[in-house]
Amino acid sequence: MALATSPPEAAEAARPDRYSSDAAGLGRLRAGVFVAPALLLVAVFLVFPALWVLYLGLTNYRLTGAAAAAPQFVGPANLIEAVSNPEFWSSTWLTVEFVAGSAVIGQVGLGFTIAWLLRDRRGPLKRLVEGLVILAWILPSAIVSFLWVALLDRDAGTLNALLGIQGFAWLLDHPMLSIIVFNIWRGTAFSMMLYGAALGNVPPSHLESARLAGASGWQQLRDVVFPHIRGHILTNLLLISLWTFNDFTPFLLTAGGPDGKSEVLAVHVYKVALQSGELGHGAAVSTIILLINLVVAVFYLRLLRSKK
Amino acid sequence: MTRFVLGRIGFYTLIAVLLAFFTIPLLWLVTAPFTSNPTYEVTVPDFTWDNFEAVIEHPYALPSLYNSLLLSVGTAVLVVIMAALAAYALSRVRLPGRDALLYALLLLSSIITGTAAMVPLFQLAVELNLIDSQLGLILILTGGLLPAAIFMLKDFMDSTPKSYEESARVFGATPLQIVRHVVVPLVRPGLATIAVWAVANVWGNFLMPYLLLSDVEKQPAAVITYTLYTEGGQANLSMLSTFGLLYSVPVVLMYLFVSKKYGFRFHGGIKR
Repeated sequence: MALATSPPEAAEAARPDRYSSDAAGLGRLRAGVFVAPALLLVAVFLVFPALWVLYLGLTNYRLTGAAAAAPQFVGPANLIEAVSNPEFWSSTWLTVEFVAGSAVIGQVGLGFTIAWLLRDRRGPLKRLVEGLVILAWILPSAIVSFLWVALLDRDAGTLNALLGIQGFAWLLDHPMLSIIVFNIWRGTAFSMMLYGAALGNVPPSHLESARLAGASGWQQLRDVVFPHIRGHILTNLLLISLWTFNDFTPFLLTAGGPDGKSEVLAVHVYKVALQSGELGHGAAVSTIILLINLVVAVFYLRLLRSKK
Repeated sequence: MTRFVLGRIGFYTLIAVLLAFFTIPLLWLVTAPFTSNPTYEVTVPDFTWDNFEAVIEHPYALPSLYNSLLLSVGTAVLVVIMAALAAYALSRVRLPGRDALLYALLLLSSIITGTAAMVPLFQLAVELNLIDSQLGLILILTGGLLPAAIFMLKDFMDSTPKSYEESARVFGATPLQIVRHVVVPLVRPGLATIAVWAVANVWGNFLMPYLLLSDVEKQPAAVITYTLYTEGGQANLSMLSTFGLLYSVPVVLMYLFVSKKYGFRFHGGIKR
């Protein structure tokens, strides 16, 4: 995870003559030409939408009718409507549950546990466990969410058969729990790989001396391992929280239902904007999401910079 | 000694539980396609190929896989070319404001998601006449993946030596020739990683094609799968499971190939 900016900054500055006649004779002008196509696409399809959503949230833009062709500026009306909508607050709360349950507790906890269990192992068992966890992560979300629809089915689902119970409708009676467990299943691979790499960097000699000093397994974890990988834990927490916060996959499992009981914010935006057709209102909710993303991302980047 | 034995028992119990947790949901996908008239129940298959025939005859199933291929390969090609050129220039030339630019790119790529940009991207597609345009979708997906790709590739290029390029220049090679014949071979593993990452990302992407492609003949497999299981309330399970398997196999093969060739070390801002 070495997202370095540029390593030999000092060396380059010390030799200003290489500045103008750079490695491949790539003058600044030509470098600009190399960078331009990428920047153009990013500007049109990423930066512009992010800025434009701020404006659209202040209009009465709709999917159909007169306001579809010529949306009018209405000021903060949508924002006020959004935050006075009880569904917005229930969605926010469900999103907090989703992030806390599946990302913070689930993926960090399970990802670390698997990495720790397999830390000193090589061979088929390690490959099997890791392969399966990664498989859950790389399979298309439309497929794996349907696999869980089958697994959790009330009448013929494998889970009820295994538990020996009948007629328990997981997706209808416990939609959030289903989605949280599903997301732990689907998303743990990233944390597992990150902690696997991080544990490989803990100096074995530190663990060895702790063991010789009579530290128990838990003490070794608490006093040697956790302090050493604290940066990784924080990075991991921020990244997967951000991803989970923006994850639209719950829509594929429950479509937000029943009765909005699993309508996380990502699904809420879709429902308000594209199903109800109130695009301006949806854009206002997106603005809030964008601001929350910004705060988390800034924390993440500060963390990356401070680690260097 | 007892402690050791208990430890071993605990270890294997935990591993068994983990294996069960990660395997059981997948069982249906590998049994139902080979079963006549599958239900949600996991049963021992009777190894019929009828379901595969039904998928082949389905008017949208195979074309949607082709659409997925088109979208993901198209996006990957654009991402690799543009990111390689940009990362190379940013790695080798000190453009004014370069560090700020990279920082801004990384920030943007992590905060602007489908959820945040759903409405403006939809409007943009409407205004530019890109609804139901696969090329338009490819451009939108490329724009979303480029910042992270540039970041990862620049890191990669920073760690390759500059001396080869310098000697190529002494022999009169133009910058584009140098990129093609000197830089590309050096950073090939990095380019391959980015390409695979982009393909995997687009192959599984649901939200953007679902929003922007309403013509069923242009929709990729992710959208077709979803419409197959929501349409009419009663899902056609033999079709769905078989199609799901066909849709899953390419990413599994790709993963096996990548992990064999490069070792599977995907970190950084990767996924989704």
